[in-house]
Amino acid sequence: MGNITLRNVSKVFGAHAVIPSIDLNINDGEFVVFVGPSGCGKSTLLRLIAGLEDVSDGEIVIDGKNATELPPAQRGLSMVFQSYALYPHMSVRSNIGFPLKMANEDKAVIDKKVADAARVLNLTDYLDRKPRQLSGGQRQRVAIGRAIVRQPKAFLFDEPLSNLDAALRVNMRLEISQLHQDLKTTMVYVTHDQVEAMTMADKIVVLNRGRIEQVGSPLDLYHKPDNLFVAGFIGSPRMNFVSGSSATPYKAHTMGIRPEHLVLSKESGTWSGTVGVAEHLGSDTFLHVNVDDIGTMTARVSGDFAVTHGDRVFLTPDAQRVHRFDDKGLAIR
Amino acid sequence: MATLHTRSAARLMIAPSVLLLLAWMIVPLAMTIYFSFLRYNLLMPGMEEFAGFSNYSYFLTDPAFFQAIFNTLAIVLGVLFITVVGGIALALLLDQPMFGQGIVRILVIAPFLIMPTVAALVWKNMFMNPVNGLFAWVAKLFGLQPFDFLANAPLMSVILIVAWQWLPFATLILLTALQSLDEEQKEAAQMDGASAWSRFIYLVLPHLSRAITVVILIQTIFLLSVFAEILVTTNGGPGTQSTNLTFLVYAQALLQFDVGGASAGGIIAVILANIVAFFLMRMIGKTLEA
Repeated sequence: MGNITLRNVSKVFGAHAVIPSIDLNINDGEFVVFVGPSGCGKSTLLRLIAGLEDVSDGEIVIDGKNATELPPAQRGLSMVFQSYALYPHMSVRSNIGFPLKMANEDKAVIDKKVADAARVLNLTDYLDRKPRQLSGGQRQRVAIGRAIVRQPKAFLFDEPLSNLDAALRVNMRLEISQLHQDLKTTMVYVTHDQVEAMTMADKIVVLNRGRIEQVGSPLDLYHKPDNLFVAGFIGSPRMNFVSGSSATPYKAHTMGIRPEHLVLSKESGTWSGTVGVAEHLGSDTFLHVNVDDIGTMTARVSGDFAVTHGDRVFLTPDAQRVHRFDDKGLAIR
Repeated sequence: MATLHTRSAARLMIAPSVLLLLAWMIVPLAMTIYFSFLRYNLLMPGMEEFAGFSNYSYFLTDPAFFQAIFNTLAIVLGVLFITVVGGIALALLLDQPMFGQGIVRILVIAPFLIMPTVAALVWKNMFMNPVNGLFAWVAKLFGLQPFDFLANAPLMSVILIVAWQWLPFATLILLTALQSLDEEQKEAAQMDGASAWSRFIYLVLPHLSRAITVVILIQTIFLLSVFAEILVTTNGGPGTQSTNLTFLVYAQALLQFDVGGASAGGIIAVILANIVAFFLMRMIGKTLEA
């Protein structure tokens, strides 16, 4: 039971409209990721849903009930913060049990629910420690534990993995996805990392300057970006854009081609260029090619395609996978 | 300090400060201890003779001594209570966003910058005076009899004056501590359904515990030796009602000209201060660790 609907929601700080106007529907049980560059208003949007900021206009409906004026605690949502925001002087047990204690739950009920949450999150051995005695990943799990004991209608995550190292981040990503499978509760997740968005989301909301650029499943956004911004933001390495006379044969103002959809050859092709930097990842190699008359393009080739700095190569875009955009940056379909 | 050479160089470098400390602290202490065993009265110069522990036994059996111990503790505890409770309340208020925040914060520290004698005189003559004082005027406004604070409640008046002076110190320390509280923690508590009061009890107060400890420790050191405020307002009186240990030592030495007895009192004060410090560190010192 956790669908969230935003109607005409806007947020203004002084004269600056951080979020001009947003309509969005989040269905029950969905894993929705807000993604966008820093300063795009994705965290503000999450805080509006949480009730930590007041909306300037519009309404927020949670579970069919207008929650626009409700204080955060009464919205039935839980939030995991970027800094985890654990209470430093309390043990892990008290941290996880805090929301229940504030709800005046019975001591025995609290103990049982805390023990259950700790078991799910592998924290049973650490219940009597203080947060400062835990590693980053463990703190993250305590923060999640504190969120799940309340059995909220929806979880809100505010860039929860950005303070973890790369290996741990991949791990926690899996754990959170697994948790979503187990609990089947609505999750709203904010990140600037498009890899997190692609790997975890049922539905991605791409935000730019407070506006929604596109909403869709990860593969929708990858295959059918609505505009230049989404095309450039989703996918790694990012899409190559070609405009001007080189794009004319494709009947577009700007044509885009992903690095993985460029075919490289040492003999012949549509464009020719000189290899600049080659990033060898083992399985793949990312080649930064200085294409004549166009500029730098990134191409992904198989790891055993042997070229080095200064070699001449030919690139041919896969015609089926060319993205075309008009002069306003919107996709031509 | 890795090699023998740097170690001996370091010793050489700190030698001047060690010698200075010796001269400035050990010598007066040694002389005080020496005087405390002499019969040494300023009215009878040249008649000093060894007196054993009689100075100590006189000082310790003086009825004023127990009154002074009580008054010293009353001043320390009373001022600590007012400044810590009031300091937390003021810090919470000053932490709220408001117009002219910067100026208000500067004004708040003003009492701390005023000399103790001046502050006490201002209180004595402009506030607490039963004829001309502001409090008397307010009392008359309501048709009440003015209350002579310094005559009828001398100890409470001294506590009030000293607390007024130390309140800014406590407020500032606690305010800075309050501002270092992570905003996300407060928001997390809000999401967790904690009321404003619960947030204060479970989040703000534990966060402030270290700052409160610092306030208590520093203030105790200074409050054990309150002197100027007593000298210019009540002069320790009426009787010995507002005499603390420091003032008793002063009275012994410079009003009764008994240097030997005063020295014994000084040594006793040092021992008592150390006892207080010992218990203080045991009780609250552990919050400073880690």
